[in-house]
Amino acid sequence: MTEAKLARLCDAKPGERFRIAELHIDGTMKRRLLDLGFVPGCEVTVLQKSPLGDPTAYRVSHTTVALRIEESSNIYGERIGHEQSL
Amino acid sequence: MRATVPPNPFDELMNSAQSLSDGNTREQIVSAIFQTSQAICHETVTYTKQEKRYETEKLDRIFTSKLWGFPIMLAMLAVVIYITIAGANIPSSMLAELFGWIEGYLTLAFKAMHAPDWLHGILVLGLYRGTAWVVSVMLPPMAIFFPIFALLENYGYLPRVAFNMDRLFKSSGAHGKQSLTMAMGFGCNAAAIMSTRIIESPRERMLAILTNNFVPCNGRWPTLILLASLFMAAGYTGGWKTLVTAGVVMSMVLFGIIVTLTVSWVLSKTALRGVPTHYTLELPPYRRPKIWDTIVRATLDKSLYVLKRAVTVAAPAAILTWVLGNIHIGDTTILAYMAHALDPFARELGLDGYILLAFILGLPANEIVLPVLLMGYLSTGALTEVDSLYSLKQIFLDHGWTWLTALNMMLFSLLHYPCGTTLVNIYKETKSKKWTFVSFALPTGIAIAVTFLTTQIVQWLGLL
Amino acid sequence: MSNHYEYTIALAGNPNTGKSTLFNLLTGLRQHTGNWPGKTVIHAEGFFAHNNRNYRMIDLPGTYSLYSNSADEEVARDFIIFGKPDVTLVVLDATALERNLNLALQVLEMTHRVIVCVNLMDEAKKKGIRINVNQLSKKLGVPVVPISARNKEGINELLDTIDRMVCGDIETNPIVISYSRSIEEKIAKLVPLVQETIGNEYPARWVALRLLDGDTSLLQALQQEQHRLLKEVPHYACHCSAKSV
Repeated sequence: MTEAKLARLCDAKPGERFRIAELHIDGTMKRRLLDLGFVPGCEVTVLQKSPLGDPTAYRVSHTTVALRIEESSNIYGERIGHEQSL
Repeated sequence: MRATVPPNPFDELMNSAQSLSDGNTREQIVSAIFQTSQAICHETVTYTKQEKRYETEKLDRIFTSKLWGFPIMLAMLAVVIYITIAGANIPSSMLAELFGWIEGYLTLAFKAMHAPDWLHGILVLGLYRGTAWVVSVMLPPMAIFFPIFALLENYGYLPRVAFNMDRLFKSSGAHGKQSLTMAMGFGCNAAAIMSTRIIESPRERMLAILTNNFVPCNGRWPTLILLASLFMAAGYTGGWKTLVTAGVVMSMVLFGIIVTLTVSWVLSKTALRGVPTHYTLELPPYRRPKIWDTIVRATLDKSLYVLKRAVTVAAPAAILTWVLGNIHIGDTTILAYMAHALDPFARELGLDGYILLAFILGLPANEIVLPVLLMGYLSTGALTEVDSLYSLKQIFLDHGWTWLTALNMMLFSLLHYPCGTTLVNIYKETKSKKWTFVSFALPTGIAIAVTFLTTQIVQWLGLL
Repeated sequence: MSNHYEYTIALAGNPNTGKSTLFNLLTGLRQHTGNWPGKTVIHAEGFFAHNNRNYRMIDLPGTYSLYSNSADEEVARDFIIFGKPDVTLVVLDATALERNLNLALQVLEMTHRVIVCVNLMDEAKKKGIRINVNQLSKKLGVPVVPISARNKEGINELLDTIDRMVCGDIETNPIVISYSRSIEEKIAKLVPLVQETIGNEYPARWVALRLLDGDTSLLQALQQEQHRLLKEVPHYACHCSAKSV
């Protein structure tokens, strides 16, 4: 799989769904992300940005978790379309 | 079987494990576990009301929206402060009356026993009055503030504050969770120091510890509230007065937050250099708290805490103050001597010697700063119970107070060194005399600088 | 108030699952807090009685996993492994079962004396989330008790289940997670080595997995524990009970 074809999670817009393929993060942060459900193969939905633009809240594994751009720009995967409006 | 002789079998085991493992092991393990739980959930969980599932997300779109996120946060803070101010007055004066009534009987009892005057002085006028003041001034606001705060916490609002504010903390080099430890600081800085444990990176934890003092704790709310209502909201009456008081107190809180961010920024560029570590923040679903349970538990916990503190900290300080105020050298008390010695320096800060002395004697507990001050002014040698706010203000005016004195005292109270308990906790948590000293000296330096500048600027502008 | 106890229960769970609510509900004012030895992690224990049995409950720090990413997780892991609680009660949030189950699955790899307690059933019901508790219990191989700690619902059933487990009336058969083939092969190679080195005192498959994950802190802890056992110092639990009056 080449990185060029993969999108970054930080580029997905609110309302968009995203399937994680690779985490380009190491150490404790990677383990923490895995524990929270940012696991390759899993789907996350972008919920919204904080009032100041960063961090961004994601729905992952039926919970809401906020990530800063430092993390979300290193999570690669596929943008798989918009969520049906709620 | 091989006998377990050196080399250490544990090392051998680790080596063989390491030779088998590759960089992706954790990912594979966690993936397998997630797949298992997904499979289990698939078979055991069904969703019937789609629309209900996203309630929290809908609320978040308001509470953390670009437009409303900050206004709602500020409004909540204002409402909490307003309710605390508006609600605490009556129970405070009722408690004060109750304690005064009991004191009458205590005095009678001492007279009946023919106890010497000094004993009555130490125990009733010193110990009892000091403790009673702390309890009656502290307990009502605490009993209002903490339950409201606990309700917001249990509802799940606090993580949203951290979410909204994260960017500010990040750009000042601090940890996003610092806003949560600051929220604790509104109650008690000593407890908040313990709560900084949620920040794992030592550098950012130290930032949180060193700056926690800039959020006013429960021991300082009464000082801020009282001075704001006496001097800043003097021209208003009724509901407006409370509103203006709340507004002034809130500006103090906001100023404290600005100082926190600025100091964090400076420190993370100098002594505590480094980049903020990354973190994840879960935003748990909003849950309607068990209102009654929350109120009862928060009130009980905090009331016990106040009582304990009153007995262990305020009581000895009250005795000391009584002693200082009653031992005469020549025709002046020790207290007066000390105040005169401090006066020239204090004047530069727009304060006076008694105010500074009250802050120094108030090191064990911020709660006793105001009572010590009044005692010094009235030189009755005992903590005073002042019967009305009007006479209280008159005492201040008689000692040359202006709104600038009040403002400076509020600023000094907001910014000065942490109380004794907090310093002890800082030492316990950092295990470092150096950093404990910094946590004392840094805020003190800032308090002196800010009050000095305020005074000079106001005088230069000729506003007085 | 003396705090004699016969059985120890460890309370594990994700943050925000109402774990503390349950802890407070069961132990009330019979609580002590302090620090875990050598760690800046709050140690909370409490006591309660049910059916004439006296229990001690240890409220482990709320964590997302037990992979020792942090001091909290290390403390929780060490207590479950070395403290050998009679029951480990895993509290799950019914409204986010999927994420919460990860922790339960991790605990099930460490010990078979587990009761899973699905909290916040009232919230789940409000949100239209239905959980088939029997099926869940069958899948996990351990008892599952639905409760609502805030509304004090299901508490008696939970206590009875704990009771039956400490009496040995409940046989559990925890689910075994199957990993990818390469990992399973490595586990198979390591398990005999693990058993040879540390005996059967600890779950070999789990230890092997942790070692594959490069968890050196566990090995250090195991080594220290081994020394302790050799010197025949009583159980791990001693430093906790020293505080009880």
